Amino acid sequence: MIRRQRLAAGVCALLAALPAGIAFPAGAVADETEQDAPKVELVLDVSGSMRAKDIDGGSRMAAAKQAFNEVLDATPEEVRLGIRTLGANYRGNDSKEGCKDTEQLYPVGPLDRTEAKTAVATLSPTGWTPIGPALLKAADDLNGGTGTRRIVLISDGEDTCQPLDPCEVAREIAAKGIGLTIDTLGLVPDAKTRDQLSCIADATGGTYTSVRHKEELSDRVGQLVDRAADPVVTPVATQGTDRCENAPALKSGLYTDRVGFGQQRWYKVDVEPGQELRASASVADDRATAPGYGLLLRAVTAHGREIVRGEAAGTGRTDAVSTGLRYPKADSDDDNAPAETVCLQVTHAFAAAAGVKTTPGLPLELTVDVVDGPSGHHDVAAFGLGRGWWLLGTLVLAGFLAGLVWGWLSRWRVAVWRTN
Amino acid sequence: MRITRVLGGALLALGLAAGPAVADSPSPSASGDGSDGKAPTQAGTSFRTATEIEQGEQATASGSTGDYLYWSFPADTGQRPTVRATVKLPDTHGAQTWRLDVYDGLRRRQSCQYGADSRTTARGASSVELACVLRTVRGWSEPWANDPLPGTYYVRLTVADLGSADLGLPVSAEVRVDSKDIGGAAAVDGSLGKPLVPGIAVKSAAEKDGSKTAVLSSFGSDDGWSSGWWSDRWVWTAIGAALAALAGIGGYTLTRGSGRPSRVPPNA
Repeated sequence: MIRRQRLAAGVCALLAALPAGIAFPAGAVADETEQDAPKVELVLDVSGSMRAKDIDGGSRMAAAKQAFNEVLDATPEEVRLGIRTLGANYRGNDSKEGCKDTEQLYPVGPLDRTEAKTAVATLSPTGWTPIGPALLKAADDLNGGTGTRRIVLISDGEDTCQPLDPCEVAREIAAKGIGLTIDTLGLVPDAKTRDQLSCIADATGGTYTSVRHKEELSDRVGQLVDRAADPVVTPVATQGTDRCENAPALKSGLYTDRVGFGQQRWYKVDVEPGQELRASASVADDRATAPGYGLLLRAVTAHGREIVRGEAAGTGRTDAVSTGLRYPKADSDDDNAPAETVCLQVTHAFAAAAGVKTTPGLPLELTVDVVDGPSGHHDVAAFGLGRGWWLLGTLVLAGFLAGLVWGWLSRWRVAVWRTN
Repeated sequence: MRITRVLGGALLALGLAAGPAVADSPSPSASGDGSDGKAPTQAGTSFRTATEIEQGEQATASGSTGDYLYWSFPADTGQRPTVRATVKLPDTHGAQTWRLDVYDGLRRRQSCQYGADSRTTARGASSVELACVLRTVRGWSEPWANDPLPGTYYVRLTVADLGSADLGLPVSAEVRVDSKDIGGAAAVDGSLGKPLVPGIAVKSAAEKDGSKTAVLSSFGSDDGWSSGWWSDRWVWTAIGAALAALAGIGGYTLTRGSGRPSRVPPNA
């Protein structure tokens, strides 16, 4: 009886172990970082049109001030926050003067909440809307350090300082700096403002929000500032070449580059025998492009033979197109076997829409991981294990037949032995 | 003899119970209710900044129409993940098309077996629901294939087509990933050296020298992933062997009959 109970317990334990044996990934634990502090600059439009009273009955300026107060209260400790205004001082009609009117209201640095709030309180809607120059200055304010950089632009009208297109300015800023994002918010925007602000956001991988209510403004700006505080990997700038021979050698890591329209970019990675190369490429669509697009990532030997490729294609609205590849290099018996140089080629098939500047090229993000390859041990399917009722049936039938044959054989042998 | 009978019966019961039960049982990570209040309330805006979620967790995010919202989740060998997303749209808007894309750890787009991964809403609809059932995650595949492999997966939710007046309007989204465990039926001949977690090479190097840096994807590198050694195939095969042995004994006993063999002379 005791024995039977034990057996039953054993069977239960075995049953319980079955689902538990299927392992699952451990919890995602965010690593703490030792990166430089993230920097954020809020760029606020203080042009005359901010006087309009159409946000929940109050003026746009009042809504912006209230939002700033709330955001300043909620800004995470580690964020270095600055405030820049545009159109805050010059009242005249001279566009040349008006378009220079951008001022750093509060420098980027550790935040003194009272001081920042006082500075914001003094603002009153005044002048022009020089978005382009303000973005250039803001990018300068954020210079230095390796942390993430973010500009939050709040405006209610389109740029009044042509011919400098703020959209192109944004693209050039993005091409210069690493990890600088511009998020834009339009206060009760008209169609032109919306197009311009969303173009600025797209050019840097940022977001565009249209604001019609007070709480939307403070929620969104707060969210963007918080987002800046999240630790992110900063990519390393590299410059691919047009041939493999003089391509830059990359190690495991995250890289960024620019790929022009119709251009190819080459990189080199060394892969030891027994290692696996993993590479993925994303090309961001930072300006108006034709609806169809594609991306090709090829791994090629030094002699020009293609090893493996990753392809992606699509149509319609997108922020990026991405693909990847994997190349496990077979293990070698020779301990001194040299590392193989694998060339990576990136080409994209975006086509710029009519009238859109094609320089600088589209931003490329490249991840390279060289890891241990498959070590040769296989999973259970390779041990010859099977499953299913057919397997069970076959085994039972084969066992039964073997038993029968064995039984007849031994009976026949006994009979022969007895008769002798 | 009694022990043999008990053992045989138990094994048979185990075979009947364990086989299909294992195949159908939901994944342990999928059974979490996600109601511990720690589910992320934000989404990333690129592969690099994707918000990490666990399977079975209900992640929420608020954003603007036109944002590209990114999440990432881990999926292991034998799982068949299902990604579900619900987007709550603003009160007034035109017709919009929303799309859900899933990418693997190499940022390759993964196809959906079933589910509406793209849907066009009527003017003024209050919400849109999207779903994507991925293929079963395999332990290994040829480098030239696009099969889903264990590692990080990215979810991208965005509006694919919209009237320009809708751009920037506030929306909120909910995303949840569950997976069905396919088990040994999906076993293949091979396994990866490391799961397809982006930045895993950099991460393991950093762990060695003790420094801590931001990582592309923080899902465990060595811990928690299936080694590929365990599968319900062991149970099936073991039960098959035991049943074969019993059947063999049965067949043998049949041939013995009872009493003396007829060919043996009575006086022998």
